[in-house]
Amino acid sequence: MTEPTLFELSSPGRRGVRFPEPDVPKSALPEGFVRKELPLPELTEVDVVRHFVHLSQKNYAVDYGIYPLGSCTMKYNPKINEDMARLPGFALAHPLQPIDTVQGSLALMYELQELLKEITGMGAVSLQPAAGAHGELTGVLIIRAYHKSRGDTKRTKILIPDSAHGTNPASSAMSGYEVVQLPSDKRGNVDLEALKAACDETVAGLMLTNPNTLGLFEENVLEVTRVVHEAGGLVYGDGANLNALLGIARPGDMGFDILHLNLHKTFSTPHGGGGPGSGPVAVIEPLAEFLPGPIVTILEEGSDEVPPLYGFKMPSRSIGRVKAFHGHFGVMVRAYTYIMMHGAEGLRKVAEHAVLNANYLLARLRHVYKVPYDRICKHEFVTEGIWDDAPEIHALDVAKRLIDYDFHPPTNYFPLIVREALMIEPTETESKQTLDKFADAMIKIAEEAHTQPELLKSAPHNTPVGRLDEVKAAKELVLCCWFPERERQPA
Amino acid sequence: MNIPSELKYTTTDEWVRVEGNTAIMGVTDYAQSQLSDIVFFEFHVEIGDEVKKGGVIATLESVKAAADVNAPISGKVVARNETLTEKFELINSDPYGEAWMLKIEISNPQELNSLMDAVAYQKYCEEREH
Repeated sequence: MTEPTLFELSSPGRRGVRFPEPDVPKSALPEGFVRKELPLPELTEVDVVRHFVHLSQKNYAVDYGIYPLGSCTMKYNPKINEDMARLPGFALAHPLQPIDTVQGSLALMYELQELLKEITGMGAVSLQPAAGAHGELTGVLIIRAYHKSRGDTKRTKILIPDSAHGTNPASSAMSGYEVVQLPSDKRGNVDLEALKAACDETVAGLMLTNPNTLGLFEENVLEVTRVVHEAGGLVYGDGANLNALLGIARPGDMGFDILHLNLHKTFSTPHGGGGPGSGPVAVIEPLAEFLPGPIVTILEEGSDEVPPLYGFKMPSRSIGRVKAFHGHFGVMVRAYTYIMMHGAEGLRKVAEHAVLNANYLLARLRHVYKVPYDRICKHEFVTEGIWDDAPEIHALDVAKRLIDYDFHPPTNYFPLIVREALMIEPTETESKQTLDKFADAMIKIAEEAHTQPELLKSAPHNTPVGRLDEVKAAKELVLCCWFPERERQPA
Repeated sequence: MNIPSELKYTTTDEWVRVEGNTAIMGVTDYAQSQLSDIVFFEFHVEIGDEVKKGGVIATLESVKAAADVNAPISGKVVARNETLTEKFELINSDPYGEAWMLKIEISNPQELNSLMDAVAYQKYCEEREH
């Protein structure tokens, strides 16, 4: 059953709030600013609460079930994160307060920077970027600032493997660079020969994701970063898949110069409609002066009796500010809580279990779904959602049918180097029982694809609405159902 | 899969029809079937522009992915199919006919030799299926 909109539920004269008589003199709005018509819905409080509860019951969330959306790391978000983020000292802080009144918040940001440095093996961190792609843009702007600072203006290209997230070429292009695509080899690694051929004095850098979007560890990563460095370029790390490496391997030790982290993925904060992201950027020590700022630092060292005084500092050759105020602070509190709750050993276990879960699912599914790059995976793997002997069925049909089995579908049609891709990332927070139920459903669907393809083609069947017309939605975009009739002001 | 025998093809799935000194080009049936329903099309070149073989001339978006369309041959753009920016579904329904994209005045006829014929393109598509 579909839920009516608030406008459809509206009934004239209903209200949820009664305003008191104002205790200040009334003042009329200027004539031109008063709208004659303002068709807002009229509802009581209980109408509104029930409406949103109904909607929430139709939603699929990580609090409801497994959410195996590859490359998104939809792990369960522990509720203690929310408790900490709601502590009044954090929740009620204002970014313009004098620093001596928000020392606790600043201390948390400073310690989070230090923790992220240790986890990644990098030299300095800025917490400003608002999410992953914003971190990428920041990182590429740092690459540009670095070359420019050396008077090296002939570098116009960024190399990007064909398995990369689509945001990588977008970030490079937005920073004014030409994107050169590198092929993958048969094992899903960067093709070393193609990399060597592409590396010359016009290359500003390489953007590399490790493990890559096939969920595979870049086996030649030391050689890859060496080749780029020898050509005078920098290596940017897309940290979207850091969940596979936590506490085991550090990008800083692999030769990455710049790296963004997705706090909302790896460090368990709500995302994908559940909250904002946070994409801190970490750099090696020699690049610290280019980081966006201001950055939290210790202004005066403390002693046994007196805590240090935290404050802000702008790096000397900063690319500037990339975000209003100080980034998404509430997300930082949650990520800090997650790291402190796990500790170093706990974080290592996170990665171990994420990898174990993915390999368990892969082992159960590889006999029914073709896996073009089939080797021990890290936190995720990619199968085809297509069979030669079931020609009508596509990855999208498999994904839609999964909804009937009460599972969120995996990422589909990405990465582009696998045809009809299904990209599955279970994360560490799912039990063996849940993984088995998911695998059973996937296996059943593969069987249906061959015996009852129409079941897949017309899926989903158990939802308030059936298969949505994506073409119509993309072509006939209606962004607003009502346009206010504004009266034009005389010039 | 429809691969007309009189056309020439690129490794990036464009087709070329040579008429005298003019090359008419678009994307292949294989390309449109891989992308599925096209929902957006945009030219990156205008009439009079010089294009280089392999350079991006347009962007396609489907419900599955976005893709660049590349110039199959170098030369000057002499005509553009303006219908496509509104009726991009033609790319799905008639990729070799009404969905032609550009007419290019060929500057270097030698480049035609680097394109595939229908037999070679058919083989190239089949290889990618497995």
